[in-house]
Amino acid sequence: MRRTRKQSNIRAPQAGWDGTDVLLACLAEENVEVMFGFPGAAILPVLDRLWFHAEGITNQTRRKRLAFSGALSTCYANSTERICGRNDIMSKTKTDAAASLAGTNGAQVFHRMLQAEGVETMFGFPGGAVLPIFDELFESPIQFVLTRHEQGATHMADAYARSTGKVGVVIATSGPGATNIVTGLATANMDSIPMVAFTGQVKSTLIGNDAFQEADVTGVTRPVTKHNFLVRDVKDLGRIVREAFHIARTGRPGPVLVDIPVDCTVAKLDSEPDLEPNLPGYKPRGGIGNERQIRIAADMINAARRPVLYVGGGVILSGAAEELTAVARKGKLPVTTTLLGLGAFDESDPLSLKMLGMHGTAYANHAVQQCDCLVSVGARFDDRVTGDLSKFAPNAKIIHIDIDPSSISKNVEVDVPVVGDAKAILAQMLPMIECPDRSAWLAQIDEWKKKFPLTYKADGDIRPQEVIEKLGELTKHDAIVATGVGQHQMWAAQFYGWKKPRQIITSGGLGTMGFGCPAAIGAQFGNPGKLVVDIDGDGSFTMTMVEVITAVQYNQPAKFIVLDNEYLGMVRQWQELFYGKRYSATPHACPEFTEIAKGFGAGAAKITDRRQVADALNEMIRYDGPFVLHVCVAREENVFPMVAAGKALDDMIHSQLI
Amino acid sequence: MKHVISAIVQNEPGVLAHVAGMFAARGYNIDSLVVGRTEDENLSRMTIVVVGDDRILEQVRKQLEKLITTVRVRDFKDIDYVERDLLLLRVHAPADKRPEIVALVDLFRGRIVDVSKSSVMIEMAGPEAKLEAFIDLVKPYGIRELARTGVIAMQRGKTNSEKDEK
Ligand SMILES: Cc1cc2nc3c(=O)[nH]c(=O)nc-3n(C[C@H](O)[C@H](O)[C@H](O)COP(=O)(O)OP(=O)(O)OC[C@H]3O[C@@H](n4cnc5c(N)ncnc54)[C@H](O)[C@@H]3O)c2cc1C
Ligand SMILES: Cc1ncc(C[n+]2csc(CCOP(=O)(O)OP(=O)(O)O)c2C)c(N)n1
Ligand SMILES: [Mg+2]
Repeated sequence: MRRTRKQSNIRAPQAGWDGTDVLLACLAEENVEVMFGFPGAAILPVLDRLWFHAEGITNQTRRKRLAFSGALSTCYANSTERICGRNDIMSKTKTDAAASLAGTNGAQVFHRMLQAEGVETMFGFPGGAVLPIFDELFESPIQFVLTRHEQGATHMADAYARSTGKVGVVIATSGPGATNIVTGLATANMDSIPMVAFTGQVKSTLIGNDAFQEADVTGVTRPVTKHNFLVRDVKDLGRIVREAFHIARTGRPGPVLVDIPVDCTVAKLDSEPDLEPNLPGYKPRGGIGNERQIRIAADMINAARRPVLYVGGGVILSGAAEELTAVARKGKLPVTTTLLGLGAFDESDPLSLKMLGMHGTAYANHAVQQCDCLVSVGARFDDRVTGDLSKFAPNAKIIHIDIDPSSISKNVEVDVPVVGDAKAILAQMLPMIECPDRSAWLAQIDEWKKKFPLTYKADGDIRPQEVIEKLGELTKHDAIVATGVGQHQMWAAQFYGWKKPRQIITSGGLGTMGFGCPAAIGAQFGNPGKLVVDIDGDGSFTMTMVEVITAVQYNQPAKFIVLDNEYLGMVRQWQELFYGKRYSATPHACPEFTEIAKGFGAGAAKITDRRQVADALNEMIRYDGPFVLHVCVAREENVFPMVAAGKALDDMIHSQLI
Repeated sequence: MKHVISAIVQNEPGVLAHVAGMFAARGYNIDSLVVGRTEDENLSRMTIVVVGDDRILEQVRKQLEKLITTVRVRDFKDIDYVERDLLLLRVHAPADKRPEIVALVDLFRGRIVDVSKSSVMIEMAGPEAKLEAFIDLVKPYGIRELARTGVIAMQRGKTNSEKDEK
């Protein structure tokens, strides 16, 4: 951005200025003429002011069965693993692994422990500080996926975890490798995704010396992980790896980072290491909930005349979709889900209200505002969901089922908290649920559904919503769908038609543009043979599309739909509605994505006409290999309904079609 | 409103960073934070004085408990406890004022631990309120330097704790 008018005569900020004025004046004072950057909601006021100032080589073959000391490979590994405490299994592993570790070096310990944890695939990028680990990898049955950027590796591991329920594993080198994974850790952390990241660190003796490629990685990542470790001695390595996996997958899951100085991977163990986890303070709240609280909650639900279930990502993480569906159907309770809860309840069920919140359906938002009993299951009352907190669900008693005590009453005062695992609690609750006559409430909801359907104009240019709706139809609502962040993400949420848990792979809490492309690839690695589609925006896709090369190298047939509006559309929409259409820093020139995709070795097609949509989607779905479908869509389409920031949930801007 | 919280944490490198970082990231306002050893060499005790209402106290407690390296958290709200803060203070004390100052120190059961021509250094332990009262009283003489450890706290005898449980 070039600023034309200089303000260097301005020294001290003056009364009446806002923060943006002060900031820009200070920049002018420093003779800043050019700034480089990227827009987002948090800097919209600044951007707005600037407007005025300026004008395959698949590793499948190596995926043979784990052959290491039998017992190691069979321990607590599996995908179906529940997230509650499993100290019992941990102690079992201990003896098996310990039997054979003396005499091995750190890198060997590392691989043995990973296999003991059931790791089959890991994503990452090599470098000096992790060379011993990569050398040992050569002998390992674990599939290693070389990505094109460490950020991509983290999103792949994250999506692998989201789509399978297993722990995603990432490895990167010290310094720049480690700093490149920060966005991926923060993304996983915000959405409570189980992941373990390993970073190489400079030699222990050099730590703190500003050594080559040194970064204070535990310092940098502390706020964006569930926990992190710096290994100080090879004899601690095995124990810490086990602790890391345990912490990542139990309780409220999350990413854990283990920083390993290179000398710890070279050093040999001269005796048996102690692998007994030492986590006296870690008591994850898995398992069943307090029976009395559940009884109170059930009575409250049964007595309610206008109940709503508000379901979040915790139900997906818990594997509780079945129990949830049973409770909802037994009590005829309408269900709305958050962005991260999509798929926990089949949207074709008449009880489904689809997504709530800023871009949720009007009927979900009205139902929440009018309900007399709101039952939150594994959802955290995010501000994108509640709108103005003081006006949220004003007449409702609130029940909150959550595994994390610190989630309870964090944003919204809760009447009945139930702490524990959603799956267990819903199963406990099911027999207590009754179904009194609530026909008036259900009729009211039907009326809202009729009055405020999700709609769009299907004419002229290709409408992005139409592409997504068609994709849902053609894939029988059964594909795994990753997304970038922006308007396309919201349309995907609104129009795909979600049926099953772990189907949508999207960055909710951090809202990380660039998540979609690597996420689709990571999900594909975890789900061989399944159709995985990335619904992406031109801006988001551009950020990480280089990972298509990874899909090509490993022959992962993920599909990428780029809904290209040549705008950073979501931000443009805010500028259209709240900043007088001053499109500061949101027009976004795009390359020929098809040429790039072909250069990468993927299949590709580009469409510009509505009549091409179905055929192009079919071609993409049938294509044997990764495929990029470039869709030129109506440029200034908006996402509706919309609750503007700070407004009450039922104060929505609707599409003009309603 | 001030609250005293005590946390037993694992005695490991990096633990203080986890706790301090959490407070900073969540914007909690802390008055003092004291770390020291306990009877168990694997554990340290952190005593933290937080400023905020009950709601904030509740969140602080939960967030502290959530840290992996935190073993136990206790807030002293509604609990009978003993708190101590240690003060070192150098005050301007010319010969003519010295007797007054010494008398004050005696009254507060402090000790004079260092004497120079124009000043004395005073050591005093006690609850925060007592130290603050003392500081107020010596302020007019001219405080040269002041250091405080921050509050440490411990719950009173067993019988009380049993009462609290109920
Ligand atoms: C551009 C954009 C727009 C968005 N608009 C919307 C919108 O309109 N509507 C919307 O809903 N979201 C929207 N989001 C997403 C939003 O920011 C939040 O990420 C999302 O609402 C949080 O979902 P959640 O409440 O399900 O919480 P999650 O982040 O999924 O948290 C899960 C909760 O479940 C708990 N939990 C975990 N495991 C268990 C278990 N085993 N048992 C019980 N509880 C468990 C956790 O402790 C936590 O409290 C948007 C995001 C972006 C980027
Ligand atoms: C890494 C990152 N930077 C900035 C933002 C702020 N932001 C949110 S949505 C958006 C626009 C996304 O554009 P695009 O991917 O083309 O999707 P569209 O909204 O046009 O569908 C931006 C810039 C973000 N979420 N992530
Ligand atoms: Mg766009």
